[in-house]
Amino acid sequence: MNLIELRDIRKTFYLGEVVLPVLKGITLNIAKGEMVALTGASGSGKSTLMNTLGCLDRPTSGDYSLDGQEVSRLPNDVRALMRNRKLGFVFQNFNLLARTTAQAQVMMPLLYGRKYISLKDAKQRAETMLARVGLADRMDHQPSQLSGGQQQRVALARALINRPSLLLADEPTGNLDSQTTREVLALFKQLNEQDGITILIVTHDPKVAASCRRMIRMADGLVEADEITAEVSS
Amino acid sequence: MKALRILLAALTALRRNVMRSGLTTLGIVIGVGAVIAMMEIGNGSSASIQKTISSMGANTLMIFPGAAASGGVSFGAGSTMTLTPDDSEAILNECPSVLATAPVVRSRSAPVIFGNKNWVPHEITGTTPDFLKVRDWPLSEGAPFEDRDVRNAARVCLIGQSLVRELFQGQSPVGQEVRLQNVALRVVGVLEKKGASMMGRDQDDILIAPWTTIKFRVSGTSTANLATAAPAAGTSTTTARGQLYPGSAQGIYPARSAIQTKNSPMPLRMITVDQISVAATSAEETKNATTEITSLLHERHHLGEGETDDFNIRDMAEIAQALSSTTVMMTNLLLVVAMISLIVGGVGIMNIMLVSVTERTREIGLRMAVGARGTDILRQFLTESVVLCLAGGAMGILLGRGTSYLVTSILHWPTLPSLGAIIASVVVSASVGIIFGYYPAWKASRLDPIEALRYE
Repeated sequence: MNLIELRDIRKTFYLGEVVLPVLKGITLNIAKGEMVALTGASGSGKSTLMNTLGCLDRPTSGDYSLDGQEVSRLPNDVRALMRNRKLGFVFQNFNLLARTTAQAQVMMPLLYGRKYISLKDAKQRAETMLARVGLADRMDHQPSQLSGGQQQRVALARALINRPSLLLADEPTGNLDSQTTREVLALFKQLNEQDGITILIVTHDPKVAASCRRMIRMADGLVEADEITAEVSS
Repeated sequence: MKALRILLAALTALRRNVMRSGLTTLGIVIGVGAVIAMMEIGNGSSASIQKTISSMGANTLMIFPGAAASGGVSFGAGSTMTLTPDDSEAILNECPSVLATAPVVRSRSAPVIFGNKNWVPHEITGTTPDFLKVRDWPLSEGAPFEDRDVRNAARVCLIGQSLVRELFQGQSPVGQEVRLQNVALRVVGVLEKKGASMMGRDQDDILIAPWTTIKFRVSGTSTANLATAAPAAGTSTTTARGQLYPGSAQGIYPARSAIQTKNSPMPLRMITVDQISVAATSAEETKNATTEITSLLHERHHLGEGETDDFNIRDMAEIAQALSSTTVMMTNLLLVVAMISLIVGGVGIMNIMLVSVTERTREIGLRMAVGARGTDILRQFLTESVVLCLAGGAMGILLGRGTSYLVTSILHWPTLPSLGAIIASVVVSASVGIIFGYYPAWKASRLDPIEALRYE
């Protein structure tokens, strides 16, 4: 079963007089449990596609069904709920809250869920999640007390706290050295294989792309290549 | 529960920048503190001003007998005698707005003699001990005469400072005897200095004695000079001077026969007084007191609908008005100051919240990405500003109370704690938080998550 189904997605920006088509008709499917790399030169439209997939942006036309539900034309508040329930985001610059403990960071998405979760349960879940990414002993550390790799793992725990079906990672290793890149990628893989979370990684790094089973390359607003890569051991 | 979590999130966010939160609140702290302190000091001085003005007589009413008319000619106020000491008692007992009453009998001016000195006091007043309460007039020496003295028409008196100065020259007057119209009165007390009245009359130039003493021993009748005014003013008491015992009048007219009595019944005469002084419970209550007294006297004097009042009530309307306009002015002034300082504080809050929204754009974007709706963001920022304002309000209340406490203990200014001011401050600071926090919060909630996440 397909988690993501895109049908002729188009996105055009209107900057005053200038009409700027960014996505020019993208059709693709991603099945549940896949780990996909999305690559392409800058300006090829991969960030826009990523935002569209993340329910942050609406396509100008086309259909996007996430987990069997058409989401491209939902009102803002419902899309916010979709992001909360089904999507997890990991960013290049981590986007952690300054002067906030790791535990509090990870608990944050629980605040916006529709269901009420008691503070105790929330803390418990955050602890489990931080243990899962290997930071059980860093519960009360603030971002400034964590290394880059650790910060990214906190962000990953935050993205996973609501047990999303799709994890969107935008250059997750862009700010990391090669050692930590390997660690984080291993973690992604583990999550994908053990927990069956579908992962989409936007990356420039061929090594990162190579660690995924499927690679989608974009150019000029269209899918240029969509291939199953030979798996490279990390 | 969810609200609690939002509150918690707001507190966490504010704690991340303690210094700035504190400085932001300072505007509200100072604003509210100033308001509370000013209200308390204002209330205190207003109360003490009120007390001063009240002692000048803003809450006193004077009831005079009405005018008599004969053959279409009115003889003016006070030409009949219609007020009795019982009226005075009844007013005190039955009018709730009345604090104290005293019947007043005046004597014509006559010299008061002590030793080889004499002096004609401006006022010779016969009354009850309650007169001192009505006039708010304490004694500087001795003790007031008592109700018993009034009943017995005792030969005692109180004298004012001017009289002391003129007659006694440094000697203590208490226990001495002065003579008035050949009646020896023992001085039991000396009134405190009161100074000139509003009209410039020396109020200390006074002798006060039980009204029975004045009426029956000193004057005979207090209105001898008005006796011609109306038949009603004719007296059934006595005109004999120097009479020793009240009520034991030998008639100076020949006894009337039964037929004479039948033919022209003498109007039933009561013992009358010249005036009744009334103190209302406060200056504002004088209006109510007037109404109550009017209806009570109508009833007691059997005045029907449409009949002319046989009494006049005068109040110190001018003083009362000055008093209330002072109070209103003061309240309005404080209100203006309060508004200005709170608006300044509110603008400070708005400014910092706007900075905060800009600075935390990325955070807002992230919160939206993990599922916060616009309303969630709005609520969070609004909560933050309200929490700031309420915390500022609370600290302001402490500051204000502290200031007024210091002012009382160091400067000895009168202050009066005002619960109203405290409640108003809490309400106002919460509203300031909502009003001035709304725009930044609204701005935050309208951010585009993509732009916000990319914001540098």
